[in-house]
Amino acid sequence: MAHAVAHDDHAHHPRGWVRWVYSTNHKDIGTLYLIFAIFAGIVGGGLSIMIRWELAEPGIQIFPGLASMVYGVNGDAALDAGKSMFNAFTTAHALVMIFFMVMPAMIGGFANWMVPIMIGAPDMAFPRMNNISFWLLPPAFILLVTSMFVPSAPGAYGVGGGWTLYPPFSTSGQPGPAMDLAILSIHVAGASSILGAINFITTIFNMRAPGMTLHKMPLFAWSVLITAFLLLLSLPVLAGAITMLLTDRNFGTSFFAPEFGGDPILYQHLFWFFGHPEVYILILPGFGIVSHVISTFSKKPVFGYLGMAYAMVAIGAVGFVVWAHHMYTTGISLDTQRYFVFATMVIAVPTGVKIFSWIATMWGGSISFKTPMLWAIGFIFLFTIGGVTGVQLANAGLDRSFQDTYYVVAHFHYVLSLGAVFAIFAAWYYWFPKMTGYMYSPMIANTHFWVTFVGVNLVFFPQHFLGLAGMPRRYIDYPDAFAGWNMVSSYGSYISGFAVLIFLYGVFEAFQKKRVAGANPWGEGATTLEWQLPSPPPFHQWEQLPKVK
Amino acid sequence: MSNTTPSPRPNRNNTVVATLCVAFFVGMIGMAYAAVPFYRLFCQVTGYGGTTQRAEEQYAGKVLDRDITIRFDANASDMPWDFEPVARSVTLKIGATGRAYYRATNKLSTPTTGRATFNVSPDLAGAYFNKVECFCFTNQTLKPGETADMPVVFYVDPDIVNVPELKNIKTITLSYTMFPVEGNKPVAAAPQTGKNTNTDTAGTLGG
Repeated sequence: MAHAVAHDDHAHHPRGWVRWVYSTNHKDIGTLYLIFAIFAGIVGGGLSIMIRWELAEPGIQIFPGLASMVYGVNGDAALDAGKSMFNAFTTAHALVMIFFMVMPAMIGGFANWMVPIMIGAPDMAFPRMNNISFWLLPPAFILLVTSMFVPSAPGAYGVGGGWTLYPPFSTSGQPGPAMDLAILSIHVAGASSILGAINFITTIFNMRAPGMTLHKMPLFAWSVLITAFLLLLSLPVLAGAITMLLTDRNFGTSFFAPEFGGDPILYQHLFWFFGHPEVYILILPGFGIVSHVISTFSKKPVFGYLGMAYAMVAIGAVGFVVWAHHMYTTGISLDTQRYFVFATMVIAVPTGVKIFSWIATMWGGSISFKTPMLWAIGFIFLFTIGGVTGVQLANAGLDRSFQDTYYVVAHFHYVLSLGAVFAIFAAWYYWFPKMTGYMYSPMIANTHFWVTFVGVNLVFFPQHFLGLAGMPRRYIDYPDAFAGWNMVSSYGSYISGFAVLIFLYGVFEAFQKKRVAGANPWGEGATTLEWQLPSPPPFHQWEQLPKVK
Repeated sequence: MSNTTPSPRPNRNNTVVATLCVAFFVGMIGMAYAAVPFYRLFCQVTGYGGTTQRAEEQYAGKVLDRDITIRFDANASDMPWDFEPVARSVTLKIGATGRAYYRATNKLSTPTTGRATFNVSPDLAGAYFNKVECFCFTNQTLKPGETADMPVVFYVDPDIVNVPELKNIKTITLSYTMFPVEGNKPVAAAPQTGKNTNTDTAGTLGG
């Protein structure tokens, strides 16, 4: 295998703020992305805890007071503004978590850091574009946060109506500037992701070390390549759809206005043509991460490497032809529904290939339950639960009664909040020693895992029961019959919030204690190229290209 | 292989890949916009989403010995008009041509102009609901206090009994919504005159 080269090129090593703001170094930009994702995750998590605080008991307790504090309205106006504020919080929570937490962490953060190293490249193909990709995100985030403080519908502030931004509520329903700011925010964040995707595709196609064929490439690089293609294919459609919203709102077009021959349902088709691949964009890098972690801590190569790679290709491809399963109740014909039920269920096959291959990798392996492994096994367990409820929801018949209930909320939080986020933490604890050179305290890290595991399951498992009992999403209040499980769910969110504090303390503690991690803290199971470099890796790596057998 | 060149391949290769990606990106945006006319065409051909059919013939080829009830619904959206069907429903044979009137009265002291859109429910029936004559998508201007009866002539395609979802259908609802042409709709500072550019008055839009 490769001969590790570790001479840091100090001559081109910028210092101070210039190093970060002008950075063209994939590792520095990856670090910026990770810091940004942690910050956005705290904001998005704070929003969700406010939501759960409100929903802890029947009745409306928190948001009118909050609205009166933030927007300076009183009496009935505060009650109305509070109700809208709840909707604005759910919408912002979703957009922040999707565009500013999971995507920056996985694609911008870990992929930026590790993909060039793993494929034996010195940096990304377009380092300056990489810089722009990152620096587009803070303005996008500021636009979204600003949108929460400006008027939308009369008497309301912030974009309500969910991350899907369905018209007519997003066009004629909310005439204020909040929606325009949110649309602009998604435009900018989307531009950032597209530039990132182009960069990854070029890097992975052109900059692999000699001998590293696509079929020898680590699975994380595979997952990022597929994710980049999904972004390239789906994001322009979202950009088109929200541009149509923008022109419908401001420039007199009528793409979605029925009174002038438009059709609001068309927006839903366009949105979900983006929206469904988007959920695979969020989870596919997680699949790659989990493959590495499971293999490392089972001290075995991953079971069925090619099957794993092409299962991701299949998930990505089929993910583009299932979008109308989000639209069973929009009046599509029975035959169309039959097709979308079938196509959706087909995705369970490659997903099953992946789940069973992970289990087969562990089977007979020399397993050590280090922190990243805990997160990865937690991921497999919780993602499978979310997958099972997904197969149920894929049925058009069942979806009639499940749609827009908390059952759906439980489903997508099991695959994303408990799936994608667990994968992110697996990656964090797997690569933290590599990225910083310091080893965290395993005790604090394991506590973080167990508190999070208990917390998020308390949040979302009861929501299955609430959904089956018929509790609808996106309401600030609910009948007393739902009180019990909502209380449990809210306590779960406080526990999860506390877990974030443990996480932050663990990071602080690792930097404070400065335990030296060494080049490869995980032993013989860690076979990918990043473990052949010192920790942290030199500012420019692979000046002598690694040779891959 | 060189020890000093960071990339084993020439840089122009990167430009080619990136250019292809950008071209693909632009193409996909184009596809998103192309979806608008394609979707409209698709709705007209299939009756998807309750798009009714413009009849090319004045009547159906055959009349079945089976009754179907057409219910009429009217809504005025931000309109100072009374807008309602003259008869709430009509029952006729499948395939027979029927006629109904919608009555609109301008309650304002100024002339106002409205324009109607339509839809049928259940959505799938749209493909089999043929309108021979219709006042949809044409501007209707009423003087202050004026009342107008607007006719709809239609028939239900006998093929409707061959559709699994619709074979037992007893009732189809035809719904019209009247929109103001120069209203004060609360769309954020939208130039309303710019909206009134739809010259297709034959009722071929929608869906």
